[in-house]
Order: sequence, then C-alpha cells, then structure tokens
Amino acid sequence: MKAIVNVVGRDRLGIIAEVAAVLYRRRVNILDLSQTIMEDYFTMVMLVDLGQMEDSFKSLKGDLKACGETIGMSIRIQEESIFKAMHQVDFGGVIHD
Amino acid sequence: MTEMKSILETIRMIEKEKLDIRTVTMGISLLDCAHEDGERARERIYHKITSLAGDLVAVAEKIEEELGIPIINKRIAVTPISLVAGASKDEDYTAFARTLDEAAKAVGVNFIGGFSALVEKGISRSDRILMDSLPRALAETERVCASINVGTTKSGINMDAVKIMGQRILDVAEMTREEESIGCAKLVVFANSVGDNPFMAGAYHGIAEGDAVINVGVSGPGVIKAALERVRGEPMDVVARVIKETAFKITRAGQLVGEEVSRRLGIPFGIMDLSLAPTPEVGDSVARILEEIGLEVCGTHGTTAALALLNDAVKKGGIMASNHVGGLSGAFIPVSEDEGMIAAVQKGALTFDKLEAMTCVCSVGLDMIAIPGDTRAATIAAMIADEAAIGVINNKTTAVRIIPAQGKSTGDMVHFGGLLGYAPVMKVNDFSSEDFINRGGRIPAPVHSFKN
Repeated sequence: MKAIVNVVGRDRLGIIAEVAAVLYRRRVNILDLSQTIMEDYFTMVMLVDLGQMEDSFKSLKGDLKACGETIGMSIRIQEESIFKAMHQVDFGGVIHD
Repeated sequence: MTEMKSILETIRMIEKEKLDIRTVTMGISLLDCAHEDGERARERIYHKITSLAGDLVAVAEKIEEELGIPIINKRIAVTPISLVAGASKDEDYTAFARTLDEAAKAVGVNFIGGFSALVEKGISRSDRILMDSLPRALAETERVCASINVGTTKSGINMDAVKIMGQRILDVAEMTREEESIGCAKLVVFANSVGDNPFMAGAYHGIAEGDAVINVGVSGPGVIKAALERVRGEPMDVVARVIKETAFKITRAGQLVGEEVSRRLGIPFGIMDLSLAPTPEVGDSVARILEEIGLEVCGTHGTTAALALLNDAVKKGGIMASNHVGGLSGAFIPVSEDEGMIAAVQKGALTFDKLEAMTCVCSVGLDMIAIPGDTRAATIAAMIADEAAIGVINNKTTAVRIIPAQGKSTGDMVHFGGLLGYAPVMKVNDFSSEDFINRGGRIPAPVHSFKN
C-alpha cells in the first residue's frame, strides 16, 4: 500500500531529516518527494510505500503527528488511493496495488 | 507521483472546504424476520441487524483514518416495517420501533430508517397500524426514522393517506412538544420514494433490494462554493462546467469509500447518491452556492433557475464518477440544516412558497421547515398534496418534512441541535384547505405515466 505524506509549516532546518527519521524507524520507504514554498509556507508531499511497515497505519499516523508538533509543522498521511480516485479518470475502482 | 497540485487540492477540500462523506448506510432486508408472534419477529430483527451491521462503524472509522476523509454518519435502513410487522397480531408497532432503536444503539449508528409504509395506492391493515403508531414510536425512540409514501407517478396520490398524515404530523409534534417537536424531524412523507436512499430521515431498504447492501451519500457544498468563487462573473456555461468537475471529484471520493466498505464487510455496494447535503455549519451551505452564482440572497428571483443549473450539473459530474447512481441524487434544500437558508428566511428573502417552487427542480422537497404550532391538520395535509403533485407530475421524488412547532408562532426560533440545526418558524397561508382534504379518495395517475 502506498500513501501520501503532506508536511506544511514555516520553513526551518531539518524538516526532511526529522520526517524521514520517523519513516525510517517504521520501515516506510520514501518513493518520491516534492517540495515548494507556497505563500511563505514550506509545503512538502512525499509518496511512501508501506509494504514493509512495522506496526499499524494508526501508530505511524500518531508518530508523524507527534513529530509535526515537535518541529512546529502540520503533518498528515493518507492512502494514495483517495488522490488517485479524485484526480485520475482511469482509477477503475482498484484500490490496492 | 500523483501531481502535487492535485494532492494539495484534495487536502484543501477536506481541511478547509468541508469535503466529507455524509453517510455510509447499510440496507438490511427484514422480510425473513416476519413472524405471527410480534415478540419473536422483534428478536429476529434485533439479531439480524446486530449481526450484519456489527462491524459497520468500526470498518467505516478505519477507512476514514486511512483515507483521511471524514465519514460523518454511519446508518442503517431496513425493510418498511409495515411489511414485516404485518404478519404479527400486534395492534401497535411502537415495540418494533423500540427494537430498531435498541439495535441502532447496539451497533453504534446514529439513525436507523425504515419505520415506513408504502400507501400510494391502498392502505393495508398493517400500514394503518404503522401510521397510527407514529406519534408514540417517534416520541419513545431516539434514533428511529419514519417515512410514508403517499403517491407515485404510476399510482397517483392517495388522498386518504395524505389526510391521515396531516393529522399524524401534528400528533407527533404534540407528543414531542417538550423537545421542540423534534419527532417531526424524523418523519418524512414522500411521493415517488426510492428504496436505495442512504439519507435520513427517508431511508428504507426497498423490497427489490437484496439481503444487505451498502449505499453511500457524499457531500460538499463548501467545495462547490469555493470552486465557483474562482470563476466570478464568467458565463453560466463556465459555472456548469466547474460544478461538474467538482462533483466528479467529490463523487469519486464517495465511490472509493463505498467500494472499500463493501469489500471489507463482504456486502455488495449498491449506489452512490449524488446529493449535495448541507449542514448548519458556516461553509457547508447550498444557499451560499446559489448566492455565489449571483443572487444577493437565496430566495430572490432567479433562485429556481440557479438551483436547476446546480442540481443538473452535480448529476452530470457525478454520473461518470460512480458505477451506479441512485437514491435521491439532487441538491437538498432543508431550511434548518443550511446556514444560508436560515439567514435567507430571517432576511425575508426566502418564503414557504418560494421553497415549494424550488422543489420542482431539485430533491427533495419541503424539508426541515418549522411552521406555527397551531397550523391545522388539513393545511399540513394540503402541503403534502401540493408537494406530492409536483413529484407525481414531474416523475421525481418529493417529500415533506415539516415541523409544526408546538407553542411557537411565525418568527420564533426552533432549535433541534446537531446536524438537524435550527429554524425560524415560517408563515403559512391561513386560508382553509379543509373541504379539499376531506374529499379523500385518490388523485389519478397522470396521463404520461401510461407508457406501456
């Protein structure tokens, strides 16, 4: 299963390092990453693979939220399927790869 | 990777524009629960609902977490109880309503629909008992929703049933007087009702359905309003296109959720209902969309045309996004559940008569409208007849869910709480419809229903 991690907040040192560390600890692989500054806000979107993830989606979500609170950013994670469904015509009802 | 812009758009829709899945509703057939002993029938009903829907809430909540989109309501719709309870010798069906209420509480859903009867052509003994049980059933339960279908395009309008329902609505209002007559918020009188509607209070599991089914209703007035803010001043063609594109995206989110709930519960996915359902929260209003299209206040001249465009474009966008479309599929215009409608009534821009006109071009009808508590039963029945006529002649679903707020007069406020919202009591026409309603009988089916 793939998911999208979205990080938004004021730019600072070490954002990617902090988020990547949480993902690494949970054995979540980063497949792709894109970042930009929008209206003074650092905005990052990561595509991650949860295939080897240890523990549950819920606890990963909790860890990311806690990490976000520590570094003063908002971090969310959602399954990739919701984005595909809403923005690709050929989603075909297939949810899991 | 899915385009960053698209990802951020989805997140914005959910976080800022209140995109959500309004309801995941499990339909459950209770036909096999009928028994000559009412007590036995109720045991079967309780057992069937709790065993089929036991995991509904937990599964929906897990999907909500994984996809990151809120699923506001988890609900159940059952076979019209008049068809199930009719086999028993009971003379009052309140006990059946209590059983539904207990089952709903046991599985954690906030509403259960189907305390219903289909009387568009004739009223059976069981239908009559159910209609007479409505006041107690709705007063003594918390989560049970009731609906009565009094007309169809194929059968015409059963004016005897219309007359009974005018009185029953008043009885329900009186029985729940201490709670702002809230019982009436759980009672809908339909024409052309459908058996796969996931929205309350009118959901029931139709007799043509299988044993169990998952139906989904999406929402997103706030998303459409925000999208239209970006095309101010553009021609109507652009307005329609933007609504279609947005409705497509909203509906796809619902389709995904429906497929996932269905797969995990092992219950077939029935339909997507393409209705825009507002809430009393700011930023979640259908009225505000109409105003964004160019009306100073919802209810002024042009409102019906704007609503017609909105309703049609939502369907066109949603149809391609879903495998099967059903339910009511159209914009809802409930007064108390829509912050913009409430404001429009308070400004004097939106009247009862304009709401009736608006129901000609959308679903579902005169919905969540508070009227003076001393309104006569015949006047309420006549409102039902008017609304049923609109549905029957135009081959569409219409409904009446009005609240004759006991002890309140025009201009007073009625507070229901939660998603049911609050409403100013609206003025009704004071002239009598008594002789019209007392005739009884049936209004024949319209000529265009004879297509065979």
